[in-house]
This record gives sequence, structure tokens and C-alpha cells, in this order.
Amino acid sequence: MKKLLFFIPLIAFIALGVVFYQQLGKDTEYMPSALVGQPMPEFKLVDMASDSVVSNEAMPDEPYLLNFWATWCPSCSAEHAYLGELAEQGVNIVGIDYKDETPAAKQWLVERGNPYSLVLLDEMGKFGVDMGITGAPETFVVSATGEILYRHQGVVNEEVWQTLKEYMQ
Amino acid sequence: MIGRCLASLLLVLATWSSTSIANDVLAFDTPEQQQRYRILIEELRCPKCQNQNLEDSNAGIAIDLRNQVYKMINDGQSNEQIIDYMVARYGEFVLYRPVHNASTALLWYGPFALVAIGALIFVVVIVRNKRHQSKKDIES
Repeated sequence: MKKLLFFIPLIAFIALGVVFYQQLGKDTEYMPSALVGQPMPEFKLVDMASDSVVSNEAMPDEPYLLNFWATWCPSCSAEHAYLGELAEQGVNIVGIDYKDETPAAKQWLVERGNPYSLVLLDEMGKFGVDMGITGAPETFVVSATGEILYRHQGVVNEEVWQTLKEYMQ
Repeated sequence: MIGRCLASLLLVLATWSSTSIANDVLAFDTPEQQQRYRILIEELRCPKCQNQNLEDSNAGIAIDLRNQVYKMINDGQSNEQIIDYMVARYGEFVLYRPVHNASTALLWYGPFALVAIGALIFVVVIVRNKRHQSKKDIES
């Protein structure tokens, strides 16, 4: 019994080692979203195409991606082509032009193609704060009934889409 | 020549720092509100740069959230309302001072429990040694 006590430090060391090892390689920036499982917050934003104010009713009545992007954001540039591919496959993507200059944003969509079924302007970043985003790009999966199912921070690519896709069904 | 360079560098630094301070001046109705603002931005964590508070961080989102805190204070909202607003959007993660509940109990009380266990072991070892010692004394 007494001899067992001598092994306590070793056991503690191994336990800590296992705990720390499991954390290795994980994304340290990852932060769970407080909005998952919640309905989409109420909003009033200007629609880029019609230049009129729209609210939650304007959102698609099928599952869709809500993508925060901006022309000042290099990662948004990186994911843009892939969003285009997704849109071609028939994925409904709503874009939020986050803290951006509208003329530059319009030109960006003309030059690079427009993957969005709807682009809303969040010039002051108020809607971004309501959605709990920390920067751009960020992409949410929203259900047909307007419930937020998943949030991804950073570039959307083939690998990330595999995860998003599961929430889209 | 070097002296002159240094002098102009100092001048540039001096003017630069005073303008950056000037940008941070915010108007409050009462000193109490200013104090609340200072405490809130110190205790709320920047969701982007995770080991800085809103006060320290210059990330875009931290600036937005600081402005939001300022706006809410001037609108007459209480500290609780402001903290609830932040937690609803960014989760309890934004609180540098975690709330007391079941999931944070270990965090809050774990260290005290460890100290208590340590103290207990310490006392047990001392008492045992003493007994051992007095037994030996009697035997000899």
C-alpha cells in the first residue's frame, strides 16, 4: 500500500500528459458560437441589388449559408472562387458585405462573379456583432426556419464544406 | 548630426503619442460612467485576440465592441445589461471573470480544494512522524 503512494506523481504525470496530448494540433483560435441553436437575430439591412431595406422575411425558405465577407479581407478573396463553385452546385448562399465600401463591393462581384442569391450591406458591422462574429470571413449554416445550426470561422474550402454539408440537410 | 536625428525622432514620437491619446478621449456625462466604461472594457475579453481584453486590443471587433459599451453606457444601460448583451452574442467566453456555476466550479474552487488536500496530507505526515518518533523514544 505504501509503495503505491510513490507512484502517485507518475500517475499524475501520465494523466496530465494524456490531457495535454489531446489538445495538441487543435485550432487555438476556435471558439464555439453562442448563437448555435438560436433563431437568427432580427435585422434590418439594405439589399445591395434593390437598394431597399429588408428584414428576416427576405431570407431563403430553404437551408442556406450566411457568409460574411468584405473586399478588405484577404481570406475572403481566397474563398470566393470556391463559393462560386458551391453556388453552381445549387447551394443557396446569402452574403453579408461586412464593414465595406459598397462601390468597391459591387465591383468585386462584377469582376469575380457573384455566388450570392442575396447580398446585404452591414456597413457599420452592427449585424456582425449581433451574429457574434469576430472578423471575416465567417460562414453560418441556417435552417429553412431561420435557426442557426453551425458557424465556421475562416476560409470555406472543400474540406470545410464536407462539415457544412451535413448541417445543410 | 546624430543628436539632431534623435531630437527629431523624439519630436515625432511625442506628437504621435499625443494624437493617439487624443483619439481615445470619450465624453461621459458623469465620472462614474467613465469609471464603469473603464472597468467594463478591462473585464470584457476581445473575442478575436483571445488573451487581450477590449481595452488592450486594436482588432476591428474590439473597437466595435468598445464603441458598443460606450454607447450602451451613455444610453443609461446597467453593467448587467451590457454584460448580458455581450454574453448573448459571444458566449461566456467574453468574461474575464467567469460566472460561478456548475461548469466553472472546478475553476473557482479547485485551487482551494487542492490547498486543503495538501494541508491535510501535510498534517497527517507530521502527526505520523511524531507518533513514530515518540514510539521510538519509549522503546529506547
